[in-house]
Amino acid sequence: MIIATNVSKKFGKLKALDDVSVTCNKGECIALIGPNGSGKTTLIKSILGMVVPDSGFITFNGRNILRDWSYRNDIGYMPQIGRYPENMTIGQVLDMMKDIRRRKNVETDNDLVNAFGLHDLMKKRMRTLSGGTRQKVSASLAFLFNPSVLVLDEPTAGLDPVASEILKEKIIAEKKKGKLVLITSHVLSELDDLVTQIIYLQDGKLRFHKSLEDLQRETGEGKLNRAIASVMMNK
Amino acid sequence: MKKIIKYVIVDILRNRIILAYTIFLLVLSLSIFNLEDSPEKGLLSLLNIILIIVPLVSIVFSTIYVYNSSEFIELLVSQPLKRSTIWLSLFAGLAFSMAIAFFIGAGIPILLYTTGNTGLMMLVIGLILSVIFVSIAVLASVTTRDKAKGIGKAILLWLYFSILFDGLVLFILFQFADYPIEKAMIGISALNPIDLGRILILLEMEVSALLGYTGAIFKDFFGTTSGFLLAFAAMLAWALLPLWISVRKFNAKDL
Repeated sequence: MIIATNVSKKFGKLKALDDVSVTCNKGECIALIGPNGSGKTTLIKSILGMVVPDSGFITFNGRNILRDWSYRNDIGYMPQIGRYPENMTIGQVLDMMKDIRRRKNVETDNDLVNAFGLHDLMKKRMRTLSGGTRQKVSASLAFLFNPSVLVLDEPTAGLDPVASEILKEKIIAEKKKGKLVLITSHVLSELDDLVTQIIYLQDGKLRFHKSLEDLQRETGEGKLNRAIASVMMNK
Repeated sequence: MKKIIKYVIVDILRNRIILAYTIFLLVLSLSIFNLEDSPEKGLLSLLNIILIIVPLVSIVFSTIYVYNSSEFIELLVSQPLKRSTIWLSLFAGLAFSMAIAFFIGAGIPILLYTTGNTGLMMLVIGLILSVIFVSIAVLASVTTRDKAKGIGKAILLWLYFSILFDGLVLFILFQFADYPIEKAMIGISALNPIDLGRILILLEMEVSALLGYTGAIFKDFFGTTSGFLLAFAAMLAWALLPLWISVRKFNAKDL
């Protein structure tokens, strides 16, 4: 579904992405893992067209995403730090996004809005929200339009255990519907029961892209965090 | 695109600054027309104030507004929207609000108190200048990541167009006083939309005789239909060119 070919991006002297090529297919749940500053968010933002790669290209369903925008109809994005117009209320932000993005014959998916209890907070202004509530709004927006691809950047950071359980269940449910899910996270233990594939980035370079079973077999570790740790030790 | 413009305008109108600007212009123009004994004199006084205030408020407000909507822009960029649509909607919302503020604040008093072409010309020039400086502001803010730097740039640009440029022109005039540069001055005046606006209004006022020989040359050029159209084309270019460059920059910007 999403194919990145030789994507490179420099910020000044820093090579955020260095010749990265990955292929992501339908029905997969892919974890993007790597140390801080390894280019995970840059890769995600390149897929969304928020960052324009210096070289290389990315295709979505076979179409180059450069100068295209309609492909984003199929993507739900949850940013690492959700930034919203400060003096709008939660309700206004949700209504605005529905107004801008609404398509015919696509039902909006309000599961998360209901599960997070955002209805009681609709009149709260964005600037008064705590980090966790903001994350809840971001998550609800990502799932709202029933997209076939979900891009989640540190989805559980800042969420309380209850909320992050709700979110995880929602991710699993969407994965079962055959959607492609891309997740970055530092809390590897959380990813265990979610992911099917691992992409490991370091210093902007792709170190490996393997399925979870392959990784477990090669390292002899059952848990994801152990497996990744043993990979990191060997390098 | 219409939907985004709607959200931008609603957001700007909720901002009290634009309301204060409208009331300020309204009070200013009403008091000038009531103080001066003839509307022509009133227009002349209003001219100088408008040529300073309108560009200043347009450029500074727009620059700050663009920086303050960085969250809004970021939110929209990850949605299925064309980047140029987002940017042009932001511009359209700003330009429309500034133009409406000028029209209510200065345009309506001008239409009420004066008759004839001079007032109309001033109204049109004021509206175009509002749009031009919004366009320059969006260019200034897209090329600078830092907010403080961007606002500083906007203020410097305003300073350049309303004060420094005239100083430069005077300097050139004195340095080349021995050469026949009157014709070249027409070309140079096209480099500054504020000067262009001032010349167009002054020529309507029939006070261009006071400008001496250069004034006569100006009258000769801008007084004809083709010269007049050329001047308007130059002002239009001042509105569209910075906007066009800013769209191209925004399309390639990393967010």
